[in-house]
Amino acid sequence: MHHRLLTTTAAVALGLFASTATAETLRFGASADIYGFDPHGVTSSYDNIFVHNIYEPLVRYSPQLDIEPALATHWEIIEPTRIRYFLREGVTFHDGETFDAEDVAVSLMRAVHPNSPLRGNLPGLVDVEIVDDLTVDLIMSGPSPLLNNFLTNIFIMDAGWMRENNAVEPIDANQGEEGFTTSNANGTGPFMVESRRPDSQTVLVVHSDWWDEPQHNLTRIEHRPISSAATRVAALLSGEIDLIQPAPLQDAARVEAAPGVRMLENPGLRTIMMGFNLTDTLNDGNVEENPLQDIRVRRAIKHAIDMDLIQERIMRGKSRNTAALIAPEVPGFAPELNERLPHDPDLARELLAEAGYPDGFAFNVNCTNDNYVNDEGICQALAAMLARVGLEPRLVAEPRQLHFERAQAGQTDMFMLGWATLPMLDGFSVLSAMLHSPEGSYGTWNPGQYSNPRVDELTQAIAVELDDEARIAMMVEAFGIAKEDLAWLPLHQQPLAWAAREGVEIYQSADDLARLWTVRINR
Amino acid sequence: MATSTLARVWHSDLAWSFRTSKTALISSVLLAIMFAAAIFAPQLATQNPFNIAELELWNSELPPFWVEGGSRQFLLGTDVQARDVYSSILYGLRLSLIVGFASVILAAVIGISLGLLGGFLGGIVDAAIMRFADVLLSFPAILVALLVNGIARGILPPSQHQDAAIYVLILAIGLTNWVQYARTVRGSTMVERQKEYVQAARINGISGPGIMFNHIMPNVMGPVLVIATINLGMAVLTEATLSFLGVGMPATQPSLGTLIRIGNEYLFSGIWWVVIFPSAVLVALVLSVNLLGDWLRDALNPKLR
Amino acid sequence: MLGFLIRRIIQAIIVMLAVALIAFMMFRFMGDPVSSMVPEHATEQERAEVRERLGLDQPLFVQYGRFVARAATGDFGLSWRNARPVSTLLAERFPATAELVLVAAALSLVVGIPLGIYTALRPNSFNAQMLQFLSLVGISLPTFVTGILLILVFSVWLGWLPSFGRGEVVDIGWWSTGFITASGLKALILPSIMLCLFQLTLIMRLVRAEMMEVLRTDYIKFARARGLRDRAINFRHALRNTLIPVITIFGLQLGGLIAFAIITETVFQWPGMGALFIQAVNFGDVPVMAAYLVLVSFIFVVINTSVDLLYASIDPRLRVDDAGPAGGGH
Repeated sequence: MHHRLLTTTAAVALGLFASTATAETLRFGASADIYGFDPHGVTSSYDNIFVHNIYEPLVRYSPQLDIEPALATHWEIIEPTRIRYFLREGVTFHDGETFDAEDVAVSLMRAVHPNSPLRGNLPGLVDVEIVDDLTVDLIMSGPSPLLNNFLTNIFIMDAGWMRENNAVEPIDANQGEEGFTTSNANGTGPFMVESRRPDSQTVLVVHSDWWDEPQHNLTRIEHRPISSAATRVAALLSGEIDLIQPAPLQDAARVEAAPGVRMLENPGLRTIMMGFNLTDTLNDGNVEENPLQDIRVRRAIKHAIDMDLIQERIMRGKSRNTAALIAPEVPGFAPELNERLPHDPDLARELLAEAGYPDGFAFNVNCTNDNYVNDEGICQALAAMLARVGLEPRLVAEPRQLHFERAQAGQTDMFMLGWATLPMLDGFSVLSAMLHSPEGSYGTWNPGQYSNPRVDELTQAIAVELDDEARIAMMVEAFGIAKEDLAWLPLHQQPLAWAAREGVEIYQSADDLARLWTVRINR
Repeated sequence: MATSTLARVWHSDLAWSFRTSKTALISSVLLAIMFAAAIFAPQLATQNPFNIAELELWNSELPPFWVEGGSRQFLLGTDVQARDVYSSILYGLRLSLIVGFASVILAAVIGISLGLLGGFLGGIVDAAIMRFADVLLSFPAILVALLVNGIARGILPPSQHQDAAIYVLILAIGLTNWVQYARTVRGSTMVERQKEYVQAARINGISGPGIMFNHIMPNVMGPVLVIATINLGMAVLTEATLSFLGVGMPATQPSLGTLIRIGNEYLFSGIWWVVIFPSAVLVALVLSVNLLGDWLRDALNPKLR
Repeated sequence: MLGFLIRRIIQAIIVMLAVALIAFMMFRFMGDPVSSMVPEHATEQERAEVRERLGLDQPLFVQYGRFVARAATGDFGLSWRNARPVSTLLAERFPATAELVLVAAALSLVVGIPLGIYTALRPNSFNAQMLQFLSLVGISLPTFVTGILLILVFSVWLGWLPSFGRGEVVDIGWWSTGFITASGLKALILPSIMLCLFQLTLIMRLVRAEMMEVLRTDYIKFARARGLRDRAINFRHALRNTLIPVITIFGLQLGGLIAFAIITETVFQWPGMGALFIQAVNFGDVPVMAAYLVLVSFIFVVINTSVDLLYASIDPRLRVDDAGPAGGGH
């Protein structure tokens, strides 16, 4: 369970003036509000990282994305299906209760409850056995090479507090549920909730009894959702906000030129790709069959797209074009997976003619317009390039909530998806969710219904393989098949683009998640 | 015959007032230019910005031709998708005016019909129409338009939103603006109804609708024109506002409001031409319509002069 | 007078029932209320049960009756977008919109009336002509363009005023107010200017037109002939007669301000009801749209009815049913 994550960030606080730390408030401008505080209520990684300020997992990712102990100090594999976690002593919740094994047992079982939206994020957990006050055994259905990676995303709540407030049953935000835990929180984390006004402001204050040595020098965090990118930049430039995420790429020059603020940019892990509808009919086509099932048509689409131009113009040279479904830093990547088909519109036309569509055909292209870096811009450019080889793409750009609902229901022909392999940080995430045929807990994000028996077979083998080398070899093989089949059309890894006031120091993690408990403000 | 009609028009009060009013002259010249630009947009434009196959990304973000780095091929520069701003404005203007005129016509047709009906029939029909008009009038147009828009979005499948956008806008704006026509026409109709020629027509056995459309309607058209002029400005503004709010024309078929919304996202990135030029054209359009409407109202209502 | 009062109130109730009917139709026919309530893999049996529980098997007018009864108690169910009770959402957002609209309304009166009087009294002066032209520009300028310009100048270039949000707010009971903190007051300035501009020009033009008309009446001419001083005529006699229609129109325009707040709230990321509504339109979130419609209509109907009653008590001639000035704004 070791990762070599090549993070290139350098914005680390030197801590020279740490001793003179005064009351510092971080005003954080985000693009959207969090859903609520329930740590098991939603699957969005953005919500989860904010909640991470309040609640903590057994093990956590450091800003450099190495796994490090959090509420568990160490662990040991007793049997392949029984893993023992030794819990930290002297940890208290915000309300003063002591943290113990029962909290872990109740929280983990809450997260994998059949009604919990998070159940897929901790697959294979059968039971939690309490050994003593500070020791638990996790009973798994099979060997789980990625258990620690999964656990980074499962937060621990206080069992007594949940019982008192009738909150032991999980709630599912997607199903229209709201409970006590949506607007109240009681964690062990570095910050506690002071107040919350949905869509306006959420205030956290420092938890003075935190078990860890704080890296931050904050006393208060104000989370303010500002959905318009231009307004977000304006607020940063006028000094109303200390840190914004994301910062629009097109405004980078303006931000750099302005005094007292700066851009924070780095390559990210999130791969942006287009999914294909591979079922028997198009949703919005003008032909009987589904031309996208023909590999020549998919190749033609790939050849028609000039990613270098998109990188230069739309992404301002900041993205990393790719042919692989995962970033080079993620286990499962191999250089040969990243060999891109060249931009060649003539070949694209030829391939289309060969496949029997010399005059093209109509189909939907669905995108988000509020989720990824310049998502709508990318799609408009893509559509223009496809139109130039004779295809008739019909562009639909929507807010993420509508887009993902539609895409997952299989109502699109080509749809945009970004995948950072979170919280696993492992290629298995892509294999199990996006490449395995949809069945059971596999293929949950494979609405185009790509299906290849060998990929399925490899995926199931990888799931229980404990030997790192063998796992990676199998992953590379499976990704190779998917690449050959052009199951998905990878575009690029989007850059991390944040912007901050001078003096605000934060390590820009490659997963694009702002770990606010590591922020230092120097004046 | 034709010359004498022309001469009569030329010497009429209205024409005299027009010839001597600087605002009326300037605004109508401006309007004439903009109408011509909209009508001949396909001929005048150097690119069809609605045809995505014509957008070549390597031409994106060029400044206007007089700025360094600009090109004569793109007079007012290009946006991030390499859409020619000059051509987009022409096509956007065309869209804005199409929506404006169509919704004004829709509103006028509804308003005149209901007004005639109410004024002519009177009684419960009249009361019902006028009560409904009162209620609608107390709701701001933008709100009703948003609501019609929201309902249409809920009913139509998403892939049709784009193609249907223009009709939804016309419907939304038209349905909210008919009240003033209805009130005015009803008032005039009630007056005309009492006049002798109507009585005579009745005695001659001409049917109700015949009287309404052939005899009364021509006599109530004057005020309708004034309202229509003023409403055109409002309709254009409403369309722009809805597009700016993101519920109007889509980015692939931008109207002036959509262009401003897109440009607004690049407000801080130095691509000022994407937001400035469409805004200026929109303001000029609405201002000229309003100036003309203002003049027309004053000219037809000597009391206020 | 009592008869008039009763007639007006009955009329208001009919209007609200009609609005509720529209809201009900939205609920019933936009989207499938059942599929949003049951898990994807629900059986036909389960769906039927939900249908029964929701009362969807009843005749339409019974459903409508139930809807009205629930709406009257403020129950509009859960938002489809974020699964919170719609009534809570609106209650949270209401103070933000109310404060913005009140400030904008006050501004448009305080500035608009004097300007209107000035331009009416000196119709040919350069200043008055300039103001008259500017007012037309004010009507022609799309409010969102004004908002963008205000942010650019006062927030980004000068850095004087905040570009978004309400600043610091204080809770007084369920009401959150920005009136009692410095940052809350500062945050109000730009949005309320943007919001009031259109109304301000409208009021100015209206006051000017009314005042000029009144000044031409025999009554004023007579007063002048009696040798009353200009000031006395203008302010004691003319202004009073001018303000009656202005107040009526203003009542109607208050509704306009609430609607226009939608645009202001979008530009300034103001956490009010308008921003909520526009989100709902974007997402096709019917419960929020319907509830906003009913709430705003209710506010309009209350304002209009009270303006009518006020008007009638000032001027008895208007107690016939045909009152109601033209107007409505764009």
